[in-house]
Amino acid sequence: MEHFPILSIITFLPLLGVVFVLLTKGENADRNARNAALWVTVFTFLASLILWFSFDKTTADFQFVEKTGWLGDNINYHMGIDGISILFVMLTTFIMPIVILTGWDAIQSRVKEYLIAFLILETLMIGVFCALDIVLFYLFFEGGLIPMFLIIGVWGGKNRVYAAYKLFLYTLLGSVLMLLAMLYMYFQAGTTDIPTMMQYGFDTNAQTWLFLAFFASFAVKMPMWPVHTWLPDAHVQAPTAGSVILAGILLKMGGYGFLRFSLPMFPVASVDLAWLIYTLSVIAIIYTSLVALMQQDMKKLIAYSSVAHMGFVTLGIFAFNSQGIEGAIMVMLAHGFVASALFLCVGVIYDRLHTREIERYGGLVNIMPKYALTFMFFVMASVGLPGTGNFVGEILVLIGLFKVSIWTTFFAATGLILGAAYMLWLYRKVVFGELVKEDLKAMLDMNKREVIIFAPLIFFTIWMGIHPSTFLDFMHVSVESLITNHQAALAAVAETIAH
Amino acid sequence: MTETILPNLAPAYGEILMAIGAMTLLMFGVFRGNKSTGFVSLVAAALMIVTLFVTVTWDATAVYTFGDMFVADRFTSFMKVLVLVASALAVIMSMQYFRDEQEERFEYPILLLLATLGMMVMVSANDLMSLYMGLELQSLSLYVLASIRRDSELATEAGLKYFVLGALSSGMLLFGSSLIYGFVGSTNFTVIGSNLVHASAHGPDIGVIIGMVFVLAGLAFKISAVPFHMWTPDVYQGAPTPVTAFFAVAPKVAALALLVRVLYVPFGELSESWTQVIVFMSLASMVLGSVAAVVQTNIKRLMAYSSIGHIGFALVGLAAGSQEGVRGLVIYMAIYLVMNVGTFACILSMRRKDGMVEDISDLSGLAQTRPGMAAALSIFMLSLAGIPPLAGFWGKWYVFKAVVATAVADPMATNYGLIILAVIGVIASVVGAYYYLNVVRVMYFNEPDGEFIPQKSFNMTAIMGLGAALMVLFLLPQINAPVLEYARMAAAALIS
Repeated sequence: MEHFPILSIITFLPLLGVVFVLLTKGENADRNARNAALWVTVFTFLASLILWFSFDKTTADFQFVEKTGWLGDNINYHMGIDGISILFVMLTTFIMPIVILTGWDAIQSRVKEYLIAFLILETLMIGVFCALDIVLFYLFFEGGLIPMFLIIGVWGGKNRVYAAYKLFLYTLLGSVLMLLAMLYMYFQAGTTDIPTMMQYGFDTNAQTWLFLAFFASFAVKMPMWPVHTWLPDAHVQAPTAGSVILAGILLKMGGYGFLRFSLPMFPVASVDLAWLIYTLSVIAIIYTSLVALMQQDMKKLIAYSSVAHMGFVTLGIFAFNSQGIEGAIMVMLAHGFVASALFLCVGVIYDRLHTREIERYGGLVNIMPKYALTFMFFVMASVGLPGTGNFVGEILVLIGLFKVSIWTTFFAATGLILGAAYMLWLYRKVVFGELVKEDLKAMLDMNKREVIIFAPLIFFTIWMGIHPSTFLDFMHVSVESLITNHQAALAAVAETIAH
Repeated sequence: MTETILPNLAPAYGEILMAIGAMTLLMFGVFRGNKSTGFVSLVAAALMIVTLFVTVTWDATAVYTFGDMFVADRFTSFMKVLVLVASALAVIMSMQYFRDEQEERFEYPILLLLATLGMMVMVSANDLMSLYMGLELQSLSLYVLASIRRDSELATEAGLKYFVLGALSSGMLLFGSSLIYGFVGSTNFTVIGSNLVHASAHGPDIGVIIGMVFVLAGLAFKISAVPFHMWTPDVYQGAPTPVTAFFAVAPKVAALALLVRVLYVPFGELSESWTQVIVFMSLASMVLGSVAAVVQTNIKRLMAYSSIGHIGFALVGLAAGSQEGVRGLVIYMAIYLVMNVGTFACILSMRRKDGMVEDISDLSGLAQTRPGMAAALSIFMLSLAGIPPLAGFWGKWYVFKAVVATAVADPMATNYGLIILAVIGVIASVVGAYYYLNVVRVMYFNEPDGEFIPQKSFNMTAIMGLGAALMVLFLLPQINAPVLEYARMAAAALIS
């Protein structure tokens, strides 16, 4: 299909920003570099709006497809998006300008390198969601580790080296096993083309091993209990912008991977091993919620809450019905907005007082009303208040899950209550109470830049809550086709066993 | 008739050119003394590049000459190109170093030339005798090169250690050769191969297998595969840095090329026997190379362990026992060459006021003092670690692809060994990533301490920049397609 290569342009546009940033020189180099990065990311977002408006919601086929030869041996440069991936592409391009704005004042050292790392990361993240060839996917998926390693390691907190290593090595270890599985699948199917592989039907015995290999990678990325321990460290040590990217987009790669690879390619193993996912997810939801209750550090608390939310995502995906999967995608999107915003909220006061310890705050409502309101909104959204995107996602997941396993639903719902407990506790400690601490009294309310950052996040969180069909319409056909194919594959296997 | 007496010289024009050139330069150097080193170096590098073109233009199918002791085909041309590129770059990189250290010796480039000539003979060897001749020409030159700084205790120790262990391995190789000759009745690779095919009805003699294992052990020493790796860290550390840069690439490529030919041409029939040996060496090298490097603080020692690990990865391709595997190995060595030369260009630029430094901690904060060099070295390190999308990843991709292909193609699924090899291999690469990241960490996360004046020279910057660009851009079809295609032809020349 010959047409305008819009996906490649969106994917590689941030690299153009890298060139601009490198070209800045002289006294105002840092300011110019920031502006260049901001404009490039905004422009990327505008370009991605073309996808949003010209996307055909009535088909489950991949759209805007680009395919050219690449390495020979049936390995092609193949890009395309369907109703699931377009949402993640949009999320990425939307979050990026916010991320650039976040570090506007906070990052003063080595600004150029900082911006370059983020711009390269954007290219790699968009690429992950657009790639329709597993080799290409792996390239983008793994390549993102390098900028993330540098972002945490160079601009992070006190214990940044440990956190950066942990992130890198955990993720790499999971991914190399996936790489071997990919090679095996390549020789079975004779191609690395994702749409072809989704139809291939791998040997049922091999599926278990392949599933586990992919699981190793996605579970770490997600992250699922018990391989989640890198996340709190990474979040705490990362600069605010790094946390936002991590929570907003990188975590979604795991969920996206399950939807794109595990379910369609290993249908039998997915069903066989669903118990494993359920168990780990329920443990994640309850255990990490309890752990979150005990945290002293705000970022750590939100990090644990992310693990709990991702537990809902995996539960929804492995409910194998449209409510569950659509709910999971909604939770991912909503979490992309809300968790990003919560880290930004922490960033706002961290920039002023340079501590994230919950005990050091209290009574902020008295001097920072705008901040108190914003923070409350996102705390409520994170708890899953009706009218926000999280509520829609979580209720859909629970409905979908209820059809499959009542007990799992019961435990998952318990997690919701715990979630409310720790978030409200956090809010009370930080914002309410008497303003007694001397150094807090000098704190200024949010400035214009910060308001600009939060406004779109608030807007979209509410939009998702009151009009979720904007988003559900995009994914609906693709999710339905995913489930139809899944059931057809299961039926085919059942038939061969019967014969 | 003269035509029959004079052998066909055409396949060996490159070697002849090198030999004559080396001897002429030696005469020149003797008369002009050490002050002619710069000139001799330049001519030596130019000679290698001319030889490179002579080799590249050799585009025929396999031609045997000198009584079938010498072969030239696409495989030999590819490997010779790698060897010559590595050697020429080593000559260029060392010029500045010896000038700064005021240790200029005109013998140095000439020894390098002779070693390279030895390697070319090794690559083209089709007989146990020409094998030994090439190997010894190379080894003897390398022993001297290792201790070219006579007044340095470390260098002398390195040279001596290398010589003693090297002589031992040559002895093993000779012993193996004599056994093979005794049991098969020929020293010619092709003849041995066909004799073994005919003997296969009642199985090969045990003597042949023992002989083969001895030859294998001798060659394993040259590529520093575990368990014959002990000399590597000490020699790497003790030898002057440009010599280490040379050691790290060219001899490895040549010995590996020789190993591939020995395994496939004369002993192709015994592949079941040697696969086990190769699998073990590959596994052990990958694991040791990764684990032992973690505690190193000296960057040259680090590179020594790194090279052991990388040889392990390259051997994965050999363990696959297929044309695809050899292709993977060839691609791996081509990428390995660029990564290592680039890294050593960076190491050679590490210098304080009082001379060269070698500790990783000396690189502290390089990202702030010299961002360009830090970026280049990071790219090399991450590429060595095999992180996509850098070239090092593709090297690993092609060898693992080959080994998985062999494992999958086996209908009885008896090749669990290869699957285990692949799994342990990728896990070793994660362990290895730790120490490569360590270098990146020191450069980027730490603040600069002390005065560090990296050597700024056009040559080094060009090599670093070009190497780093190649590592990043290898994923473009414009760059990788020729490498992949020539590697395929090279592998096809050896195994059909």
